[in-house]
Amino acid sequence: MQRTLRKYWAVFTLPTLVCFILAFFIPFIMGFGLSFAKFTTIVDAKFVGFSNYIKAFSGDASFLSALGRSLIFTAACVVLINLFGFTLALLLTRKMRGTNVFRTIFFMPNLIGGIVLGYIWQLIFNGVLAKFNQTLTTDGKYGIIGLIILMCWQMTGYMMVIYIAGLQNVSPDLIEAAQIDGASAWQTLIHVKIPMVMPSITICMFMTLANSFKLFDQNLALTNGAPDDTSALVALDIFKTFYSRTGYEGVGQAKAVIFTIIVAVIAFVQLHATREKEVEN
Amino acid sequence: MRHYGKKMFAAALAASLVAASLTGCGGTASSGSSAGSTGNTAASSGKGQVYYLNFKPEQADQFNAIAKAYTQKTGVSVKVQTAASGTYEQTLKSEMAKSDAPTIFICNGPVGYKTWGSYYADLTNADITKHLTNTSLALKDGNKIVGVPLAVEGYGIIYNQAIMNKYFKLDGAKAKSMDEINNFAKLKAVVEDMTAKKAKLGIKGVFASTSLKTGEDWRWQTHLANIPITYELQDNKTDIAAGVKEIKFKYSDEYKNIFDLYLNNSVTDKKMLGSKSVGDSTGEFALGQVAMVQNGSWVWSDISKTDGNVVGKDDIKFMPIYTGHSGEQDQGLCIGTENFACINTKASADDQKASIDFLNWLYTGEGMDYVTKGASDGGLGFIAPYDTFKGKSPDGPLAKQVVQWENNKKVKIVPWDFTCFPSQNFKNKFGAALLQYVQGQKTWSDVKNEVVKDWKSEAAATA
Repeated sequence: MQRTLRKYWAVFTLPTLVCFILAFFIPFIMGFGLSFAKFTTIVDAKFVGFSNYIKAFSGDASFLSALGRSLIFTAACVVLINLFGFTLALLLTRKMRGTNVFRTIFFMPNLIGGIVLGYIWQLIFNGVLAKFNQTLTTDGKYGIIGLIILMCWQMTGYMMVIYIAGLQNVSPDLIEAAQIDGASAWQTLIHVKIPMVMPSITICMFMTLANSFKLFDQNLALTNGAPDDTSALVALDIFKTFYSRTGYEGVGQAKAVIFTIIVAVIAFVQLHATREKEVEN
Repeated sequence: MRHYGKKMFAAALAASLVAASLTGCGGTASSGSSAGSTGNTAASSGKGQVYYLNFKPEQADQFNAIAKAYTQKTGVSVKVQTAASGTYEQTLKSEMAKSDAPTIFICNGPVGYKTWGSYYADLTNADITKHLTNTSLALKDGNKIVGVPLAVEGYGIIYNQAIMNKYFKLDGAKAKSMDEINNFAKLKAVVEDMTAKKAKLGIKGVFASTSLKTGEDWRWQTHLANIPITYELQDNKTDIAAGVKEIKFKYSDEYKNIFDLYLNNSVTDKKMLGSKSVGDSTGEFALGQVAMVQNGSWVWSDISKTDGNVVGKDDIKFMPIYTGHSGEQDQGLCIGTENFACINTKASADDQKASIDFLNWLYTGEGMDYVTKGASDGGLGFIAPYDTFKGKSPDGPLAKQVVQWENNKKVKIVPWDFTCFPSQNFKNKFGAALLQYVQGQKTWSDVKNEVVKDWKSEAAATA
């Protein structure tokens, strides 16, 4: 088996590798290069040095404030989604009737596209807020809180499935042993189950963190930054810089590069931190 | 041997996988463009091809039909793609970077011209240019003509004559006919009286929703803003083609006059306007819930298509937007153009020629019927500013009204000077400030100061 793998590795990895290079690696390198250029289309770029990066932080404060909002939003999402997801997973791994039905129902929102979800929730929120004679655009906070609710609704089911898989892998022997030693349900959870599902927690944290920080579609559809870009997260801010300001394409690109670096750093730190807590089983 | 066969099979499988993944990538990249294309790529290569990137989503079907007809006639392939509402610039940016870039694209005036400076072909000697009724309508760079107008359009306050007639018959009506309403004071008196009597008139408000949802606020940050700013530029005798570095927003109070009138006599509560779209306002007008809506000649096709439309062809009329400016009884509609067809000079010579031929055919040749025919007959319903159209007036009640107002020598039309607004970002910020004013989070002087400040900074950023 090992020998065949060594012989045919190309057959298995090449298709993915080609796609990865074409759809990700090349655009990434080009994007990095373009962040140092002034351009209208990507084929007529002129090198301008670091001026795009300077403009990204000085021209308008929109990038920094969007970054701040994204951090708050991400923190709220990571905590809430994982809390809800794990709780649901605990409930649905008990021997109850209809767990499969509930698992399916909770997972379903994840199958709907972000833009569609954004518009649906816009109708819901505006419908509710109309009772108070307000709309989502009344205050930027509404947009952010709305997005958090939306994201929880969408992502919880997905995380739940991962947690369920983790919890089902915890050996019943361990739990039985703990019970014989007189551990309470709470103690079993904290000292047996959670350490055993640490790999799932790593994955879930990583996914919610990355997805929340990079959130775009839902933000675009729900408020599009209204009012006055006070509900725009970083990705939307980059998009708007790139497309709605003449001569700012390079600045948008520079913001995107900074954004990528931040995402990479946070993700690596977080991955490293949770990996250390994992228990071999 | 058997082993060899297995190997071959594996290799073939792998190759097909690679191929599938490659076509997969290619497929996603071009799926956008095939959506709106008429799909005729069989044309011979020597003739050149036309790729028209359409600006008007409401006319996507018509342009597709025109492309098909032209291809049948001449065998030249015409691809039409339509950008979704409000996404023209971003679609253009991505399409232009492709190897088969649009050959005809739309530019919205001097500001758009700056963005795409090196992409414009010189159209000074094209046939279509020679037929222009007035070269001042074209997009120019010095003496060179780089863009030709597709249509002249007009906007103002659209009113429902049937509802107005009902009002004029009421006791104590503030006016007896539309002719009496020729200034802001009179308009205000009539509108406020109508609001007081809305139950009798069977309407829910005088004006349709002042749509302020993001992306739906162009009627206010662009069209309405055009009037006070045009007056200011005329006072200063500014030449807009050179770009306007700063403004004082001198007539901001006049803007506030009419804007407040819209808000206070609307079908919708002020606080709810952030969720309203232009489509909402069109619907309210079509259903007879309101008597007036500020919009332009293009909106008739949407109104006539609305389910349950009660507005008759003869009841839909235009009136100028009065703001309280001195001498405004002589003010006409806002008439102009912001859609200039331009030829991409980076396309191959054959394609450029084919594109110019296509425009010639449409505006000076057999295609002319498509331009004037109404939307219901598969035409564009354009008012085309070319001498070839002499005696042919467009279908559609609002387009006819625009022609009437244009020919009315007693009034002066307001030109579309908003083409010199410094950037989309400026307009977006203006719209956002208006929304916050409406929601009570900003005072009018905040809005005014922001407009002045943003104009200056955006004009400097894009210079």
